[in-house]
Amino acid sequence: MIIRGRVLLVGDDVDTDAIIPARYLVTTDPVELGRHCLEGLDPGFPGRIRPGDIIVAGKNFGCGSSREHAVLALKGAGIACVVAESFARIFFRNAVNLGFPVLECPELKGIREGDRIVVDLEKGEVTGDDGGSSWKASPLPPFILEILEAGGLIPWAKRRSHGA
Amino acid sequence: MTLAEAIIARHAGRPVEAGEFVEVPVDFVLANDITAPLAIEAFRELGRDKVFDPARVALVPDHFTPNKDVRSAEQCRVVRGFAREQGLHYFEVGRGGIEHVLLPERGLVLPGEIVVGGDSHTCTYGALGAFATGMGSTDIGYTMATGRTWLRVPRTIRVELTGELPRWVMGKDLILHLIGLLGTSGANWCAFEFGGEIGALPLDDRLTAANMAVEAGATAGLFPPDNEVLGYLEGRAAREFDPVYPDPDARYAEVIEVDLGALRPLVALPHSPANVVPVDGLERTPIDQVVIGSCTNGRWRDLLVAAEVLRGRKVHPGVRCIVIPGTQELHLRAVREGLAEVFLSAGAVLSTPTCGPCLGGHMGVLGAGERCVSTTNRNFRGRMGHPESEVYLANPAVAAASAVLGRIASPEELSRREG
Ligand code: SF4
Repeated sequence: MIIRGRVLLVGDDVDTDAIIPARYLVTTDPVELGRHCLEGLDPGFPGRIRPGDIIVAGKNFGCGSSREHAVLALKGAGIACVVAESFARIFFRNAVNLGFPVLECPELKGIREGDRIVVDLEKGEVTGDDGGSSWKASPLPPFILEILEAGGLIPWAKRRSHGA
Repeated sequence: MTLAEAIIARHAGRPVEAGEFVEVPVDFVLANDITAPLAIEAFRELGRDKVFDPARVALVPDHFTPNKDVRSAEQCRVVRGFAREQGLHYFEVGRGGIEHVLLPERGLVLPGEIVVGGDSHTCTYGALGAFATGMGSTDIGYTMATGRTWLRVPRTIRVELTGELPRWVMGKDLILHLIGLLGTSGANWCAFEFGGEIGALPLDDRLTAANMAVEAGATAGLFPPDNEVLGYLEGRAAREFDPVYPDPDARYAEVIEVDLGALRPLVALPHSPANVVPVDGLERTPIDQVVIGSCTNGRWRDLLVAAEVLRGRKVHPGVRCIVIPGTQELHLRAVREGLAEVFLSAGAVLSTPTCGPCLGGHMGVLGAGERCVSTTNRNFRGRMGHPESEVYLANPAVAAASAVLGRIASPEELSRREG
């Protein structure tokens, strides 16, 4: 799985209340949630997102509540992938379960807002679009990749129960 | 094996090691009015008609209940309808409470079990010796259908307790101390295992400590079930259970020693639960609101301690004090045993059980620039309302003393001033 996109930068400890504030949890519609994506961090954030953008984050992205709405908001806003120095456990799990690509890349340094990058989930690698700089990430275990490639836990389970 | 490993191994039917992925059967699964609607969608999408075992599934309406608006009412309607259709445990307004206070009270989560919940504070049940952890809705939908889940076996951080709790120091201070030490991601993919002199911590305090394990990033926070736990569950447990204990030669990723006797009441400053300082030194912080309740500190001992501080005193004229017992049973007991009268005559509000203000839902949402001392578990920016509001996390004794003085205060300072 290879993803190319423009970088939106955020810092450490971006919590789920920042990704989607609780006052919006009265719906499960990704498009509606996406309109408020990362509004808790900066009210102007949703307006800056273009479909296909990649969020590059610091440590502990997605900490806090178990709300899957956080992943739905990112998806609904058109974010293609999140690359972070590290993820909170439940967020990471939710992302995989909803088929939303995430990659942990502890060495990520020097990437700027607006840069274009290429994320290779299988190899566990992030490279600049110019091919110049590259960063090693922890490759996803095969089990996780399998779920991601199926499009999430539910399609994966359905496929499995049909013996496909 | 550690306690977490031993519980997972028993379910997997083979020894396990930290770091590996395992698939296991689950003993109990839950979700609330926010996470259940998505879990139900996932369940339906799987194409199953029936949950794996209705006696082992609970849906608890607690976040936006009694419903705060039309949309939250619609969410609850979906959850209620599914619970009826499937014959699940469902706790209606007036007969329920906050999930993590309620389910232990009803004996539905038990020692040695694996419990997964569509709520990050599912780790609370670790206080009873269960391996309990929070997950998202898709996971919960999958588990409701199959009775199974996948786990990555966590590494275990052992917390070795000694000493006795000083007056006004509670389980909240133990866990704030650990979060302050490790940071909000210091225990990511780990479980805490509390050991040593755990008898010094009353069960309600252990539930508080296990509850906030997730604030250090931990998967779970576990206590071996001692006689206090087994006694509590007598006549209460909804099923037979078989407690599990760690092996004496278990290997830990890290051991942290905590002398309970050396702890002071602590406060987590905005906007991180890891921003922990002693209460002493914060005297100049005026406040607008106090919340005493939540799945962290809405239990009997919490109410009792708050009442002890508020008895015969008045809430400061500049402060709104909101007290929320965690369940209907606790609310009733507060009425019967005179605590309700203490709170109400002090000038506090006594609310029906709800998560309410804890997540900025209703019943005490904060405005711009307002400050709140809260016994809840998260003080992220905007958690309880306006992005410019501030939340200070503390134990119920500190929260009550602060309500009286109108600024952050310890109960000791309160008595000193009244000399
Ligand atoms: S009381 Fe607060 S932390 Fe606990 S379950 Fe409710 S919203 Fe979550």
